[in-house]
Amino acid sequence: MEDLLEIAGKKISNRLFIGTGKFASYALMKRALEEANAEVATVALRRADAGSKTENIMDYVPKTCQIMINTSGARNAEEAVRIARLAKAAGAGNWIKIEVIRDNKYLLPDNLETLKAVEILAKEGFVVFPYMSPDLSIGRRMAEAGAGAVMPLGSPIGSNRGVKTRELIEIMINEIKLPVIVDAGLGKPSEACECMELGCAAVLVNTAIAVSEDPVKMAQAFSASVYAGRLAYLSGIPVTGKIASASSPLTGFLRENK
Amino acid sequence: MIIKINGKPEEVKMQSSLTQLILSKGLCADNLVIEHNLRIVPKHQWQNISLEENDSVEIVSFVGGG
Repeated sequence: MEDLLEIAGKKISNRLFIGTGKFASYALMKRALEEANAEVATVALRRADAGSKTENIMDYVPKTCQIMINTSGARNAEEAVRIARLAKAAGAGNWIKIEVIRDNKYLLPDNLETLKAVEILAKEGFVVFPYMSPDLSIGRRMAEAGAGAVMPLGSPIGSNRGVKTRELIEIMINEIKLPVIVDAGLGKPSEACECMELGCAAVLVNTAIAVSEDPVKMAQAFSASVYAGRLAYLSGIPVTGKIASASSPLTGFLRENK
Repeated sequence: MIIKINGKPEEVKMQSSLTQLILSKGLCADNLVIEHNLRIVPKHQWQNISLEENDSVEIVSFVGGG
């Protein structure tokens, strides 16, 4: 059975999206993307200075990967919009993850500024992925504004704490008619699997892969786990119960029936 | 004259072009995108832009990010 996630006309079979930050080298990042068969990878823009790498990260993202530009560093909607336009002008395409952050301790997104940026960029033809705190009302507004998907956080960026926002994410999955992609905070493959079992369309993972001892293997582990969770979701996960329900026959046969 | 480069005031030669500015800063032009007074300047126009006092230039490039 072919199970594809379709966003803006692009069909995606690997529902693990990978972020390219924090890898020890671009070469290592490239291998991780390749070995995990990643189809979507995020890249960011930064002010260049004399100390900037001379290597171009774009040379290391496999050509089979859809690039999603992250507006990280933006502190309001206007800056996010500028970054998106710069990225597009530089030939990075029109898939934009809107990340607007004003809180340096928890790196939690500013949902209202993010919504403003979505409104502007969707009208300009960008495929917009708002990184947001999981909130149903704002999620609905993101959908109305033309977002391509919503990307609620599992826990703070880089915290590796897993899906602490599980109940709110479930509500978004049930109520919003857009792909829900959990972004941020997933620390291990089982947590990515959990998201997929809940019915998320995809997950985006960066830190847990990039800072592991073997990022190539870890990317593969996440990929397998995301696939397993998706398969389980599609198979219809049975309900839980408080008492036992036998899985082997219990009819007695080495004793008499009374 | 003084212009703002990536948010910081810096001294540059009068009427430098963007191409000259990138060279003087030792940057590799391949990876860069430039915004001049909030307008994105395509690479083929860099040499036609002559900088003026108090101009604002943002020079950015792609990096790893989640």
